[in-house]
Amino acid sequence: MGEFRMPSLGADMETGTLVEWLVAPGTLVRRGDIIATVETQKGLFEIEIFEEGILGEPLIQAGQEVPVGTVLALIHAANGSAVKKDAVSDQPKSAPERFICSPSARRLAREMGVDLATIHGTGPKGAIQRIDIEHAAQTRIPPAVESAKHARTEPASHETLRQGMRQAIAAAMSRSNSEIPHYYLEMEIDMSRSLQWLEVENQKRTIRERLLPAVLLLKAVAKALRDIPEFNGYWLDNQLQIKTEIHIGFAVALRQGGLITPAIHAVDSLSLTALMKAMSDLIERTRSGRLRSSEMTDATVTVTNLGDQGVRTVFGVIYPPQVALIAFGRITERPWAEGGMLGIRRCVTATLAADHRATDGHRGSQFLEVLNKHLQQPESL
Amino acid sequence: MTTPIDKNHATKLLRQMLLIRRFEEKSAELYSATKIRGFLHLYIGEEAVAVGVMAALTPEDAVVATYREHGQALARGMSADSIMAEMYGKLEGCCKGRGGSMHIFDSSTHFYGGNAIVGGGLPVAVGLALADSMLGRNRVTCCFFGDGAVAEGAFHESMNMAALWKLPVLFLCENNLYAMGTAIRYTQAQPDIAAKAVGYRMKSAAVDGMDVMAVEAAASKAADHIRQGNGPYLLECRTYRFRPHSMFDTELYRSKEEVEQWKAHDPIEKLTRRLSDAGLLNDQDRAALEQDVAREVESAVAFAEAGTWEPVENLTSFVYSERREL
Amino acid sequence: MSGAQSARKTSYREAVKEAIREALQKDERVFLMGEDVGHYGGCYAVSKGLLAEFGPERIRDTPLSEGGFVGAGIGAALGGLRPIVEVMTVNFSLLALDQILNNAATLLHMSGGQFNVPLVIRMATGAGKQLAAQHAHSLEGWYAHIPGIRVLSPATLEDARGMLWTALQDPDPVLIFENNTLYNMEGNLSETAGPVDIDTARIRRSGSDITLITYSASLYKCLDAATALAGEGIEVEVIDLRSLRPLDDATYLESISRTNRALIVDEGWRSGGISAEISARIMEQGFYDLDTPVERICTAEVPIPYARHMEEAALPRIDTIIDTVKRMVRHG
Repeated sequence: MGEFRMPSLGADMETGTLVEWLVAPGTLVRRGDIIATVETQKGLFEIEIFEEGILGEPLIQAGQEVPVGTVLALIHAANGSAVKKDAVSDQPKSAPERFICSPSARRLAREMGVDLATIHGTGPKGAIQRIDIEHAAQTRIPPAVESAKHARTEPASHETLRQGMRQAIAAAMSRSNSEIPHYYLEMEIDMSRSLQWLEVENQKRTIRERLLPAVLLLKAVAKALRDIPEFNGYWLDNQLQIKTEIHIGFAVALRQGGLITPAIHAVDSLSLTALMKAMSDLIERTRSGRLRSSEMTDATVTVTNLGDQGVRTVFGVIYPPQVALIAFGRITERPWAEGGMLGIRRCVTATLAADHRATDGHRGSQFLEVLNKHLQQPESL
Repeated sequence: MTTPIDKNHATKLLRQMLLIRRFEEKSAELYSATKIRGFLHLYIGEEAVAVGVMAALTPEDAVVATYREHGQALARGMSADSIMAEMYGKLEGCCKGRGGSMHIFDSSTHFYGGNAIVGGGLPVAVGLALADSMLGRNRVTCCFFGDGAVAEGAFHESMNMAALWKLPVLFLCENNLYAMGTAIRYTQAQPDIAAKAVGYRMKSAAVDGMDVMAVEAAASKAADHIRQGNGPYLLECRTYRFRPHSMFDTELYRSKEEVEQWKAHDPIEKLTRRLSDAGLLNDQDRAALEQDVAREVESAVAFAEAGTWEPVENLTSFVYSERREL
Repeated sequence: MSGAQSARKTSYREAVKEAIREALQKDERVFLMGEDVGHYGGCYAVSKGLLAEFGPERIRDTPLSEGGFVGAGIGAALGGLRPIVEVMTVNFSLLALDQILNNAATLLHMSGGQFNVPLVIRMATGAGKQLAAQHAHSLEGWYAHIPGIRVLSPATLEDARGMLWTALQDPDPVLIFENNTLYNMEGNLSETAGPVDIDTARIRRSGSDITLITYSASLYKCLDAATALAGEGIEVEVIDLRSLRPLDDATYLESISRTNRALIVDEGWRSGGISAEISARIMEQGFYDLDTPVERICTAEVPIPYARHMEEAALPRIDTIIDTVKRMVRHG
């Protein structure tokens, strides 16, 4: 027997409100199935399940707000023999909930008043360690907001949600600003070749399949991260942890205000077509509040593209524990001198914001140079 | 016997042997009544050895004993009270109840225990003698051990070192013919223990261990040899224990006839007869001695009974000096 | 006190010898006894030259009788002397284990406090010289099991020089384990180097990320690992236990309260070893300071093999220490 719990969708999420059960009790569910929607201060999420079995009767009803980790429903084994086997392990279910947590972190959590149920452990086997408690304490929503949240019994209004999200962004960005020694490098990149190639390519495609320039930028970033991996990872416990998977958090502005940066998984492995599809889908679901939990937590780097806002240069703030943010401004025609000749080229300003604890400017400029190189070879993207 | 018997001295020897005998008989009784626990190894039958040897030592000499050492301790002059209380496990015991029957120690009489590892005391005796030698103290360290210890490497190592460095050790073998329950003929290629000294170029002798005066004479001769700076000496006292090895022993390894044969050589009766024959002891004298000894044993039991238990809080004392606890 | 104390270059071997010489000079009751300590000059040349200086009474060659001469050391201590008994290697000391455990460690207790044994036993320990399975084990952890004795493990020149005199002042038996790979270690020793305490552990390097608890020759492996790790931004605190009995719990627990991580590096075997004891004490007294499980790097559970590469593989290694520390500090 398994348990379907209120997931943690981010270090700053303490509670979630169950909005809707999408699957009826008694239904066979499989790993990856979406079985409920949950509302958080970041919006509405579709919640996936990670095991197979028969969904039991709901333990939490729609509209209830519960802490992360709360069991929402039990998942029963799909066949009789498994049920029997599990009958034994069923015993301790009534025991108080235990989290894998280091003794020191447990004490620290008690001292700082942090509820372990709200913590996403980053240690071995997902164990909660001191650093997780410290992060949680830093990004914790101020008590005023918290008490306002606890006071309500109805699902949160959009206004409250937005307020919560604003708080979360504020906390994360404040922490970033106070903890991360940012450095910035920018490079003017000639986009002429890429855009010419894109125009030719798009003529071969149906309107639905056409590619946006942002896809080229994302893919080029992914390939550049492949070449210079130090910008793809986390700074944890005074240590750069380079990630092998390249999950790009892609900043999506919400119509009602605010910003979410859900991850597009394994961007480097996607074709441009697949990437365009993923991006469109993600933007659509972000704006409709139907993100999956893994999309909220997995980003290893962030790309922000404020080109459609008319901004030329963007100095981004890194989303901790990530170590870099790559920002693109608007693609504009600019005078361009090359080989003693002055011409007009379509250009974009790429800005790298990077964590100086993890990398330095030399490596950063190499990264931008590689990014530029990839954008000059659009056919290879 | 060419030398005349010193009545007072002989009576004193007899009394000491009687004290050991009655003390141990009482101990056996108390063991059955569970007043004394652990192992209890009785010396009954062998009294002449301890009493004869101690008579040859000075108060300054050192004694290293075995686990069958009530007799050695009493003969050395320790009080029956403190030994009995030790066997009771009482705070008033000589070792505050830490040692029991097998580990009787007394610094005031230089009685270095009470060693229940067969052969374990021999190297220690060598060291005590080494200290005396290096510090220029003229004293003898008398090391008691049984025939069983002769089979241990420690015997060879100690005999060799003591002879090599000419140390003042009296190696005193109480050969009672059995290493626990195994007869010496099954354990020794050369059952003549005194003869083993030759291999160490050490002086040695064997003596009838059932004859207290013979033991005293032989031990005195050995001690003189040592005191004169001639190095160690091995004295084998051929003796016999009348009781089982310990209280829990059915004596499958020897016959009742053999025991009865040896009892005919009872050292106490032997000395009593000799003194009677010489007109130095009559039945009233013997009865008076018995009464005197009985009173001493009774008093020891009363002392032990009245003793107190050490507080458990003191459990870890005497692990390190000055009660330093780790 | 002179502020500028001069230092001179010396070796661990010389430091031990100086300590013995000083003890012989300062106290008439002190003498050295053991196999080949006199005419041969000591198996590891520690006592070379002392016979000529102090004569055969006080630099006493013994027969190959470990139980015999260790027992004689006990007797001599009971008799008023202050013997230093040298046992050639820890493996040979097993022949004297009866005397050490059944007599030296127990006489005070069995006698109800009447007879203490002020004896010092020195012996070589440890692997690293291809001496195979009967000359190279590290059994000091075993000895640390025994109440009634002290177990010391000098790793530095200062301790090699200074522990002996303090041990000789102790009323009870003290065992000093000298790792054979340290004898040739050279370094500077103050001209005024003298007695040191034998109760406490020392922090040999300060760090904030993890506590390495070690002793004897493994100290240097830990310090080398710490230097390498510092280059990667990991700050390692290294604790030299110095005494395995008593263990200075306070020092390593205080360190762990700051670093929240502990790795024990011990040349002894893992099962039932001193590392297990230390780990248990951390659980008992420092559990709520831990952010990761306590880990141990010990000698592989094999008799020490002869072949060089196999011997190296059996012992704690710097690269293993580095890898383990990284894993512990970087959340697996």
